[in-house]
Amino acid sequence: MSEALRKLPEHLWEGREELEVLTFEIAGEMFALEAVHVQEILDLLPETAVPGAKPFVASVINFRGKVIPLADIRLAFGMEATTTTIDSRIIVIELDIDGEATLTGIRTDKVHEVTTLEKSHGEPPPSVGMRWRPDFIDCLVRRHGEFIIIPNLKTIFSAQNERNSQHAQQG
Amino acid sequence: MSFPDPIAVFRTEAAELLEQVESGLLDLNHDLSDKEQVDAVFRGLHTLKGSGAMFGFEALAAFTHHCETAFDQVRKGIVPATHDLVTAVLGATDHMRALIEVPGGDHDAVSETLLSRLRAAVAAAGHPAGATPAAHAGPVASSAASPAAPVEAASAAGQKSATTTYRIRIGLPQNAMANGTNPVGLLDELAELGTATIRADLSRIPAIDDLIATDLYVRWDVELVTDKPRSAIDDVFIFVMDEMELVVTVVEPGAAPAAVAAAATPAAPAASLPSAAPPAPAAPVAAPVAAPATPAASGRGAPQADAKQQKAAENVRVPAERLDELMDRVGELVIAQSRLSQLAGSSGDLMLRAVSEDVERLSGELRDTMMVLRMVPVAQLFGRFRRLVHDLAIETGKAIELVTEGETTEVDKSVIERLADPLVHLVRNSCDHGLESADERRAAGKSPTGRIFLSARQQAGEVIITIKDDGRGINRERVRAKAESSGLIAPNASLSDQELLQLIFQPGFSTAQQVTNLSGRGVGMDVVKRTIDALRGTINVVSKPGEGSEISLAIPLTLAIIDGLLVRVGTGRYVIPLSAVEECLELSVEEDMRSRGRSFISLRDSLVPFIRLRDLFETGTKPDPFQKVVVISTGAERVGLVVDQIIGDHQTVIKAMSKLHHDVVTFSGATILGDGGVALILDVAHLVAAGQQQEAHLRAAG
Repeated sequence: MSEALRKLPEHLWEGREELEVLTFEIAGEMFALEAVHVQEILDLLPETAVPGAKPFVASVINFRGKVIPLADIRLAFGMEATTTTIDSRIIVIELDIDGEATLTGIRTDKVHEVTTLEKSHGEPPPSVGMRWRPDFIDCLVRRHGEFIIIPNLKTIFSAQNERNSQHAQQG
Repeated sequence: MSFPDPIAVFRTEAAELLEQVESGLLDLNHDLSDKEQVDAVFRGLHTLKGSGAMFGFEALAAFTHHCETAFDQVRKGIVPATHDLVTAVLGATDHMRALIEVPGGDHDAVSETLLSRLRAAVAAAGHPAGATPAAHAGPVASSAASPAAPVEAASAAGQKSATTTYRIRIGLPQNAMANGTNPVGLLDELAELGTATIRADLSRIPAIDDLIATDLYVRWDVELVTDKPRSAIDDVFIFVMDEMELVVTVVEPGAAPAAVAAAATPAAPAASLPSAAPPAPAAPVAAPVAAPATPAASGRGAPQADAKQQKAAENVRVPAERLDELMDRVGELVIAQSRLSQLAGSSGDLMLRAVSEDVERLSGELRDTMMVLRMVPVAQLFGRFRRLVHDLAIETGKAIELVTEGETTEVDKSVIERLADPLVHLVRNSCDHGLESADERRAAGKSPTGRIFLSARQQAGEVIITIKDDGRGINRERVRAKAESSGLIAPNASLSDQELLQLIFQPGFSTAQQVTNLSGRGVGMDVVKRTIDALRGTINVVSKPGEGSEISLAIPLTLAIIDGLLVRVGTGRYVIPLSAVEECLELSVEEDMRSRGRSFISLRDSLVPFIRLRDLFETGTKPDPFQKVVVISTGAERVGLVVDQIIGDHQTVIKAMSKLHHDVVTFSGATILGDGGVALILDVAHLVAAGQQQEAHLRAAG
């Protein structure tokens, strides 16, 4: 493994030693998103299915008078669908998609806390031993003996778009 | 909150100034002796030059300076305004726009050409003026026999008998210097008019502790002996007039105490004063004239320009996105309010219900106000057509008159922006194809000047914009021949008149036998049609041979709200734009059973194919026992949409779908319902296309 690939992604840490994140759980795995991107945490809302949309963003919700897509990143990681529980929440984040700030909801099983992760505990995604696409993950951070996944939402969302357009070409 | 970029602010302001200048020039073209418009144009150019230099647009300032100089000469009556001059300056305003857009670009060659045209126009205008003193020129014109040195000529003419002594009191606003006014310059200019004794009034200077260095505390008393008319004094202060205090009194020659030059005019009888200074009152003790700016007081110079300035002061410039944000908030409020009224309705608490009703009323009013905020009068749009028609008249050599009507009709701003291009095409078409040449018109017994009518009016939820000309009308034979030769219709196909006329909006269609610079390339009309379709508008064509054509565009007032039909398919709710809906009927069980193999119903002797939205959307639910068919029309064809339930009509506030759903073409947007749920808005044309595709797939799967 070359050193270059083993480096932590700099765009995430931007020279900082610590990162404020919101941690949450999807299908038993712990994820974290940088807290500044999080707009709001919502209880589950009535969803409206969008026929013909890709499964990754199959529905929209009413977020404070705006209609925003609801994404299910389980599909990007090939995880099992879980039933909704009393702990299920929607995290609303602002993403930059094709140069346009877009509000998007992300379905989660449980939201834990806002906490601080240290860069020294971070590791880039390992090259083996993982069934997820490595470029979907910015880094893994060790904490209390378990790993927190910081997903690269930008890649995940744009990959979904690409896959869809490839699909359209084949069809 | 960040401040807007000053350069951007300058650009917007400059665009407005140029519009003002342009409309002033066009008005001037109608009536060359209109002194008010000359002043207005001059002021506009001057302001543009000044602020251009301030924001670093040096090339613009230098270029504008020449135009301003030319207009200054017109204003002073040295040269009369001519059509050539107006056209030259109009051309120059276009160049000024370019200079504003690309300040660093290479504009020298264009500048030079335009300026030489301008100089030629001024020279041409100047010569005849020398021979025949134009009637419209200002009072100075009579003494301007030699255009080269009018000021000196006038002052050297030795008309000492006509000098007048003015006592002038000047008070500038305290912030005048901070705003860039230099009082010394004004006083120098005043002194050049004749012999002036200037005394500073220092009584208002505060104690040094209270003194702010950039403020102006000095006032001046000036005694001016001059042979210039009263208006020359006003001209000195033309740019600060609105804010300043200027009191001018005429001193009776004999009574002038210690007036230096007044002694030179002992013979001037008071009765001769009015002829030298017509605007000034002849009475020895004159009333102060130009008090601080009320339009009535300073109105003599340029009432229209003043009115415009006053209007500008009442307006607030707000970025459109802030309005959009506000609109979103109002949308949220309306939804929250409907939840509140549901709660209040079920609780039975009278107090709560009263509050809820108040909130309902207020939020409704707020929504209506919000809608109006985005509306702008179409005058903005029509304004630019005066220029277009002026240019087209020169280009085609036809005499064209533009008549506009209903400029105060208001339309959503985004609609206005998107309407501009289609309207340009239509007006060009009318000028180029519709109107005949002057000779043809005379032969047909019409006035040689062609007329284009542009009108706007509101009718229910739509704005009707009509472009009408009194030209030759659309030649139906040629439209038919052209359509047949290009294969748009079958030979000898029977078409209604409206269908035939609508053919001109087909892509690649043009009946112009000669391709001109203006039109005839067959692009344009189909673009017009597409744009109007995108605005959910309709086009109607009326044409009478020999009398002219009329094209009406019916555009919805706003893009933010549509009338929709709310339907349910499976568990989802959808909105069908009401403008597309033709009728609703029940799909009887027999029809439903029978139509497993074929999907059409017969509706009053015509076959209407239908699409089951439940299948198309793959809802996976069982059909309702009483399904309904909503018959919609997508331009040429009618299609039925099978839905489970028709809920009713719904005022739909359109929300755009996010980028993540841009690949889903069957929906044009979404809306939020009273209960907070989301309903998708069907894009009818795309939906039908998607239905056809799905059927093709099914057939292929066989």
